[in-house]
Amino acid sequence: MRLSHALLALQAVTSREVAKFVRQGGRFASALVRPMLWLVVFAAGFQNVFGISIIPPYETYIPYQVYIVPGLLGMVLLFNGMQSSLAMVYDREMGVMRLLLTAPLPRWYLLFAKLLAGTLLSVLQAYAFLGIAALFGVELPWSGWLYALPALVLAGMMLGALGLLMSVHIRQLENFAGTMNFVIFPMFFISPALYPLWKLEESGAAVVHFLAQVNPFTYAVEAIRFALYGQISFEALGVVVGCLVAFFLLAAWGYDPQRGMLKRTGKPG
Amino acid sequence: MGAETTVAAVLRVEAAEKSYGPRKALKGVSLAVGRGEFVALLGPNGAGKSTLFQLLTGLFNADRGRVEVCGCDIRRDAITALAGIGVVFQQATLDLDLSVEANLRFHARLHGMAGRDATARIAEALAQLGLAERAGDKVRELSGGNRRKVELARALLHRPRVLLMDEATVGLDPASRRQLLDQVLALREDGVGVLWATHLVDEAEAADRVIVLHQGKILAEGTPAALVAQAGTGTLAEAFLAMTGGAEAVVRGSD
Repeated sequence: MRLSHALLALQAVTSREVAKFVRQGGRFASALVRPMLWLVVFAAGFQNVFGISIIPPYETYIPYQVYIVPGLLGMVLLFNGMQSSLAMVYDREMGVMRLLLTAPLPRWYLLFAKLLAGTLLSVLQAYAFLGIAALFGVELPWSGWLYALPALVLAGMMLGALGLLMSVHIRQLENFAGTMNFVIFPMFFISPALYPLWKLEESGAAVVHFLAQVNPFTYAVEAIRFALYGQISFEALGVVVGCLVAFFLLAAWGYDPQRGMLKRTGKPG
Repeated sequence: MGAETTVAAVLRVEAAEKSYGPRKALKGVSLAVGRGEFVALLGPNGAGKSTLFQLLTGLFNADRGRVEVCGCDIRRDAITALAGIGVVFQQATLDLDLSVEANLRFHARLHGMAGRDATARIAEALAQLGLAERAGDKVRELSGGNRRKVELARALLHRPRVLLMDEATVGLDPASRRQLLDQVLALREDGVGVLWATHLVDEAEAADRVIVLHQGKILAEGTPAALVAQAGTGTLAEAFLAMTGGAEAVVRGSD
């Protein structure tokens, strides 16, 4: 694989994803309105219900709105990651996937290009949401905008790779909505996105607490939370990177022509 | 079995087998396409044509047997093999909201072509198929026949040695079908080997060689005239019907 060829293919895949995204104006709007509702409506009503004590990385008491921003950034990445997998399933049904997979490049690289393109969109949306949060007066250190970039990229890639892996197993578009309910909502709710995990421990919800600890999304949120304050949570970043590698390898394995997990029932013809 | 190509085969399949669960879709298929040869792969629906094309394009690997493009094993070196193949898929794979030119540029980049070289090839390919003035139009504005031509132009952009046409005329009116067939037949002069899959006998009549695929096996192979003689019938259509049992076959374009 020549480097120039690899970069051209990445450019092709990325510009196609961006062009599609720009065409679907509604997708961008809903990607921002969703976390905005949580920030403005949910957080406003609940800020006195959920008292947040001082836990790292915070050094002082913080308003609830500030607490949930990393979780909502994670939500933006999670939704976009799943959206990319929806696009993969759609492309497969429409036959466009075959066009991509017949390009003379390693298949893992083509999937990786897809992943990078999706992550680019994820991260841009995350920054758009940070901008909205700032407009609503949620105070985050401005330096956090810069520090958060690596965490957002890695978390975005991890959730995108999860979407890629799911696209191997989702045969048809119709199954997609159901799968989403079983992935997006549990991942989001069973995580420190809305309240710190010690609250679960305190209230004796041991099973939920355990699930939150094995939920990769938990670590995506924490990695972003620490990064926003210029700190590095090695535990969170380590889990994010580990999951990213694992999900991507499994997805590449699923798309391997030899394994043929992608195997359809073989349409007659 | 007639004119078997042995020298300078640009595409070769040897004893390919493929199963989907308990169902054997291909039961040991061998074929070859020579340089500048137009081979029609004729088979009723369900014969295994699509499965064969999945193996030829590297989407899946054969359970047994091998696929070679210009002497390169697709299992061992898929990248080199794929670089030698151009495909027009049965399903439309153009981005309807992009221009004709942008669709071709996407493909050019996937094949590592950029800059002036890519621009020149795109212009050349479009001119060859009489689509030069439509370059800036959105694909959505094109007729079905022209969309197929764009897909043909795209498949030829990287100058493949082998062109695979997977029931490419499905859904086209007779005039467009004829035009597309003629354009592909003309490619023989450039030395491109063509494998044209179809269930329409009239499209096979102009072929250098016809391979009849039925229930995952090759039933017969030879020039259209040789097949007619072999079946002892008057026309290729009758020969095809006689060989495949007739029930599933579509003799005239009914799409």
